[in-house]
Amino acid sequence: MNTFVEVLDVNRFIVACGAIIGILAVLLVRFGNPANMGICLACFVRDIAGGLGLHRAAPVQYIRPEISGFILGSFLLALASGEFRSRGGSSPILRFFIAFAVMVGALVFLGCPMRMVLRLAAGDLNALVGLFGFIFGIFIGVFFLRRGFTLGRSYKQNRGNGLVMPVVSLGLLALVLIAPTFIFFSETGPGASRAPILISLAAGLIVGALVQRSRLCMAGGFRDIFLVRDPHLLYGTIAILAAAFLGNLALGYFKLGFVDQPVAHTNGLWNFIGLAIVGLGSTLLGGCPLRQTVLAGEGDTDAAMVFLGLLVGAAFAHNFGLAASPAGVTAVGQAGAITAALFLLVVGFTFTLPQVKIPAEGGVTHGR
Amino acid sequence: MAGNPITLDVRGLSCPEPVVRTKKYLDQGVSSLTVLTDSRVSMENIRRLATNSGLSFSSEAQNDEYLLDIRKEK
Repeated sequence: MNTFVEVLDVNRFIVACGAIIGILAVLLVRFGNPANMGICLACFVRDIAGGLGLHRAAPVQYIRPEISGFILGSFLLALASGEFRSRGGSSPILRFFIAFAVMVGALVFLGCPMRMVLRLAAGDLNALVGLFGFIFGIFIGVFFLRRGFTLGRSYKQNRGNGLVMPVVSLGLLALVLIAPTFIFFSETGPGASRAPILISLAAGLIVGALVQRSRLCMAGGFRDIFLVRDPHLLYGTIAILAAAFLGNLALGYFKLGFVDQPVAHTNGLWNFIGLAIVGLGSTLLGGCPLRQTVLAGEGDTDAAMVFLGLLVGAAFAHNFGLAASPAGVTAVGQAGAITAALFLLVVGFTFTLPQVKIPAEGGVTHGR
Repeated sequence: MAGNPITLDVRGLSCPEPVVRTKKYLDQGVSSLTVLTDSRVSMENIRRLATNSGLSFSSEAQNDEYLLDIRKEK
């Protein structure tokens, strides 16, 4: 049985990265981001959709520089360490729609898995219900993986493909800095709560680089427990939780309970279902939304398709009233979530390659 | 173990498929496995799988790809 110190030592890099990210998340709130929302991929991509006018929900429109930071931070570090590789072709259109479904689920819970962790770290017990849903969704995803679920392999691509997302991030940064009149900036609501642009960008760059190097992934943390009983990634998640918790205590942001939590609702059933959808979808995709965004910065164009699916899913959700709010979940939102869940289950069942007999000796196999 | 080692090609597969497939082989009692991957991340993940299972692991980088060798220590 490993002691706490031994565990910390062997996993020190990912734990250190998690701790830094947890502190940065709390600091981002201190500098102006919405409460319990220092870092949230779902909320921020949804805000970017709003900033670009892809949806017209006035309280959530702002091109979050953190997102550009995640992509560029990952890009720069991957380039420096030789890990930048343009690749793609693994069921891109399907990944787009799986991501769409993930966003619908996240907007029902009002957060991505990273925000789930941050909300937990601030005492929001609704996020605990969500966590159970998240783990349940991952459990279903692992069932599909064990059955042979695969979206197929990706292939090396022309370098330009991998550069698209970093360039897009620069474009988004330019838009938020220059602030032309056709770009939207919320004046009330969560979209109006924002840290100064340069602070958001700096934090995003650091987080992007740390997630890229450490391979941090909220979904992977639980998935690997089910799949291979390896807690390595989960230690990273726990480090984020612990550091953010301490930060929240220090800054007075911690408030334990279900009621009146910032940007949250108390509908337990739908908090559970929303993150179950996110857990399942993330497991099918191979990573949570933050991980996918960081992969997109590394040149993974399938992850770039996931990013676009998240963006369009968010726009769609707000255009048609699917997204939840602190007041609760709409009937349309419930229907949308059920549809998303059914879609993911169909994908999970159908994308299984026929199982091939494992050869007794010799040969190259793709191991189905 | 008689015969050539099996080579498992997991290039281009997304997380966690390389580990899932490698594990399937190891669980079936394959005692010598060569894995071909093109990503440092999957190389790290498979290395963790091998060492956590008490197996010996070595890797060789070839251009942009990694040839991993996993075997049961006698």
